[in-house]
Amino acid sequence: MGKGRAGANGYTSDEMMTVTASRFLRNGQVCFVGIGLPSEAANLARLTHAPEVVLIYESGTIGTAPNILPLSIGDGELAEHADLVVGVPEVFSYWLQAGRVDVGFLTAAQIDRFGNLNTTVIGGYQSPEVRLPGAGGAPEIASLAREVIVMLRHSKRAFVPEVDFITSVGFGPNGEGRAGHHGKGPTVVITDLGVLEPHPETNELMLVALHPGMEVARVRDETGWDLRVDPDLRVNQPPTADELGVLRDLKARTEQAHSG
Amino acid sequence: MTEFGSLRDVIADLVPDGASVAMEGFTHLIPFAAGHEVIRQDKRDLTLLRMTPDLIYDQLIGVGCARRLVFSWGGNPGVGSLHRFRDAVENEYPSPLDIEEHSHAGMAARYVAGASGLPFGILRGYRGSDLVKHTDVAQISCPFTGEELAAVPALNPDVAVIHAQQADRRGNVGLWGITGVQREAALAASTVIVTVEEIVDELAGNGPNQAVLPHWTVSAISQVPKGSHPSYSMGYTTRDNRFYREWDRISRDREVFARWVEAFILEQKDFEGYLSALDDETLLRRVVDG
Repeated sequence: MGKGRAGANGYTSDEMMTVTASRFLRNGQVCFVGIGLPSEAANLARLTHAPEVVLIYESGTIGTAPNILPLSIGDGELAEHADLVVGVPEVFSYWLQAGRVDVGFLTAAQIDRFGNLNTTVIGGYQSPEVRLPGAGGAPEIASLAREVIVMLRHSKRAFVPEVDFITSVGFGPNGEGRAGHHGKGPTVVITDLGVLEPHPETNELMLVALHPGMEVARVRDETGWDLRVDPDLRVNQPPTADELGVLRDLKARTEQAHSG
Repeated sequence: MTEFGSLRDVIADLVPDGASVAMEGFTHLIPFAAGHEVIRQDKRDLTLLRMTPDLIYDQLIGVGCARRLVFSWGGNPGVGSLHRFRDAVENEYPSPLDIEEHSHAGMAARYVAGASGLPFGILRGYRGSDLVKHTDVAQISCPFTGEELAAVPALNPDVAVIHAQQADRRGNVGLWGITGVQREAALAASTVIVTVEEIVDELAGNGPNQAVLPHWTVSAISQVPKGSHPSYSMGYTTRDNRFYREWDRISRDREVFARWVEAFILEQKDFEGYLSALDDETLLRRVVDG
């Protein structure tokens, strides 16, 4: 099952990831959405089981319902279909900081065993091997949203024992927890192989569910630490025809609009 | 009072070498025309301020106009890296770039403090982030509740440059859609340059709420239609997403980038010239192929 081509099951591992992530968003929740994978999953949720979800993007577009996926966080599509548009200082102060956000939906270049996220540098800060875009809105989303959903593709480069730079905190460098934060941090991490959740006592991410056809050995192999596996390991339901249809329509509309 | 003038004269008069310059715009209304004019006039040693440095800062950094960058997210939105920015940070090419980075919430609080005439801004922010070790942020306690909060210094640019949809003939500026942090950046700055799509008798919309900056806060206005390309001006132009994708290829290679700047900025007299050059499909091909 390749990431870009539908396999024997009739869907790709990326589609499985997006569909699974979308299911974690509940109808009526207020969700602060990151661009890319989270935006795709959040809009899929809105177009399927969660029509009343309130999507907020850091460009200040609140309650937006785009017809196509935005390429950037500030596409006109987001403003045209929003309940209201506010300035950037306001979106972070009146909306996020004031505690009006239920779910922060984020991705990252690296995540570590305690759910800390890196979007700043690979390597040392002063002379990095790779300079990444940086923090954006993520540090405050990670700290202040009531909970955080993370999604990223599984690989040893991405799932590291310790991130090179904690841009946005999960449970801290040693898994010490969330003292001083208003939100409870990353409650779930969805990848193209399965689902991880923090252990209730140690805060270490452990494998709690596999996508259909995936094997534990493969997930452990793509994880940079000795990944623990929940004794009650689940297997996720494959995408329904409706979920796949809506997702593919959304992506086809988007592709057509962006290639113009 | 607000001066109206050509972009060339406005940039020549109001943007000195060594200035701190905030060309703001949150994906929408990015002042590309002004940035190109800064490159054409070969301004040097600039400190560039911007929450979301995108292609225009990639261009300014790539030609060596900038000494320092203060920012919170530096990427090609929806596409990937800013390759000229990365080359400067990773390889000091074409020259070293000093960076200071924040979170969006922190940068926004810095501009709000600057616009308010306060020495610092306060937020619930940076908590648990390694940014604290590398940037200008301090922890303070609320004098009333004892809550631990982050303090960030006010940001007061020498020059703010923004692009708006409209100005009226007195110089009141109207902009709408995604408004970003432009108002705060302008009110925090000593000098304010505005490029506009259109100069009108009366600003569109519902009366005085449409004015984002009153004329007496604006130093100079220059009319530059489509002056935000490849970004967009809601109601006038749409975002050229194809250009953002092409930029990845143009900016990845030092020589292709240099040829692009030569052909599309330096050899053009003004932004109108750039826009016509874009219509010539063969020009881009020649630039990319060498």
